[in-house]
Amino acid sequence: MSSATSTAENKQAVKKQSQLKEIWRRLKKNKIAVIAMFVIIFLVLIAIFAPLIAPYSYETQDVMRPLEGPSRDHILGTDRLGRDVFSRLLYGAGQSLQMGFTAVLGAALLGIIIGSIAGYYGGWLDNLLMRILDIYQGIPMFLLTVTLAAVLGPSLQNAILAIGIALVPGNARFMRACILTVREMEYIEAAKSINCSVRRIIVSHIIPNAIPPMIVSVTMGLGFAVLSGAMLSYIGLGAQPPTAEWGAMISDGRNYLRSEPQLALYPGLCIMVSVLAFNLFGDGLRDALDPRLKT
Amino acid sequence: MLRYIVKRLLLFIPIILGISFIVLILIDITPGDPVAIMAGWDAKPEVIAQVAADLRLDRPIVVRYFEFVTNALKGDFGKSFRNKRPVMTDILSRFPYTALLAFVSVVLSVLIGLPLGIYAATHQYSWKDNTAIFATLILVSMPSFWLALLLVRVFSLGLGITPVSGIQKWTSWILPMFSLAVGYAASIARQARSNMLQVIREDYIVTARAKGQSERVVIYRHALKNACIPLIMTIGSLFGMALGGALVTEQIFSIPGLGQYTITGLINVDYPAIQGSVLFMSIISCSIILLIDIAFAFIDPRIRSQYIRKKVKAIQVGGEGA
Repeated sequence: MSSATSTAENKQAVKKQSQLKEIWRRLKKNKIAVIAMFVIIFLVLIAIFAPLIAPYSYETQDVMRPLEGPSRDHILGTDRLGRDVFSRLLYGAGQSLQMGFTAVLGAALLGIIIGSIAGYYGGWLDNLLMRILDIYQGIPMFLLTVTLAAVLGPSLQNAILAIGIALVPGNARFMRACILTVREMEYIEAAKSINCSVRRIIVSHIIPNAIPPMIVSVTMGLGFAVLSGAMLSYIGLGAQPPTAEWGAMISDGRNYLRSEPQLALYPGLCIMVSVLAFNLFGDGLRDALDPRLKT
Repeated sequence: MLRYIVKRLLLFIPIILGISFIVLILIDITPGDPVAIMAGWDAKPEVIAQVAADLRLDRPIVVRYFEFVTNALKGDFGKSFRNKRPVMTDILSRFPYTALLAFVSVVLSVLIGLPLGIYAATHQYSWKDNTAIFATLILVSMPSFWLALLLVRVFSLGLGITPVSGIQKWTSWILPMFSLAVGYAASIARQARSNMLQVIREDYIVTARAKGQSERVVIYRHALKNACIPLIMTIGSLFGMALGGALVTEQIFSIPGLGQYTITGLINVDYPAIQGSVLFMSIISCSIILLIDIAFAFIDPRIRSQYIRKKVKAIQVGGEGA
């Protein structure tokens, strides 16, 4: 900037660099996180456009050619019903992401509401809510998910519901802890001292400062939800046949481990790559959102 | 100290009562008529009536809850609808396998994860650290059942070193325990690393180094002890996770444990079996966390002093009064 620039312009330039931009600038420096982000975008695109890109439908059976290796017609071979493995993997992205995003967002929303109420009001309400969460968390998480999914009836929707319910307590506790930390910060005291209204304190000071750690925790939760969803489908409590879902595909492939190990291998790799992407992106986001690492 | 233990024990009771309530109402959240599902679609009316009477679904929920808890306290979880045996007998005969699987897996994960985490932390930012972090991230992102299948493919079907399933030989336990432990080991390593990195920057470590202590002593005597305290909590909750993880692992390796029993119960809509095993596993997992919390209070001087200081204060106040 030239020396002639006035202070007013300077101020504007500072303002223009919004918080979001600042976070993006810091995130960009972390190459692994950026790669992870592109993998996630890529997966979302595959999930949306699977019907257009996939060479076959997920349920088209080539009855004469079951359990085939890679060929010109089927680049990753076929499964026991002669369905194209590559197409099914593409369609599977939709199922897994749908499970992950819906369960995690639902759980986050509910968790934020419960956690904020408990954290802000405190007292007996906080105590009551936390004791109820204690009870929920007393049941081993995966046991709770499996039991709920089974009791509600095996389907993709119920699996999402079960994963979501199991994730709520963790989110609520996390949000409560964030609110409690923020509430004690000096800038809240400062806001109070300049006579800010309670509403203004909550809306423009507490929530914006409590949300970033929550976003990180939610991103990390995505990986967990995708893994749980795959596990449920593997046991037969998630997506139902003939839907193409990665966990269910592994379950299909386990009977052909000796002769056709790739049937179980590919969908597992897909799960691993997507969960890894969510975890790496979450890690990067955490570093980018942490103001203490600001440079 | 006694006060702390009593307080924790008193908190334990409502949690268990709450869990039993959740377990009891599982049957009420089932869509459709659970009695009809359990009796089968072609059941005769008298069979349906019998099932309904067995489940006592005709009574108000408060009465059912009271009955359920008093029976459970006597160790009676009802009879399985499938094999008509008392659920408690089945659970007790199967639990040792699950306990063994969960216990050894957690111990194994600590043995692998803790040294790995410390190693990564003491070599921060070097290629060794980066490799360790990336490896643990990959292992955390892997579905454990998929890893189990890959291990079976390589070691059982490929190399023929271990049996595919069952528990006849001791070698049959290697793959299930290892496949369950790997994911936990990775998460322990990650946590150990970040705890270690936090502790290494503390003032007392600088002091220890300044007084000329060897690096070995600084790491193992000063840093490790403090980094381990939060880790003990994680290890406690890992037991609960291992009990849950055992559901799938036992299924894959045909281990006749409680996890397999639960899954079979869930698939067959066998409510007494489901309720019994969920409640049993939850009680076990809560008890382990409780024991670890109490042990924690003995290990961590900060918690201990909270209770001792009060006593000292009380004595002082008493002294002033006199």
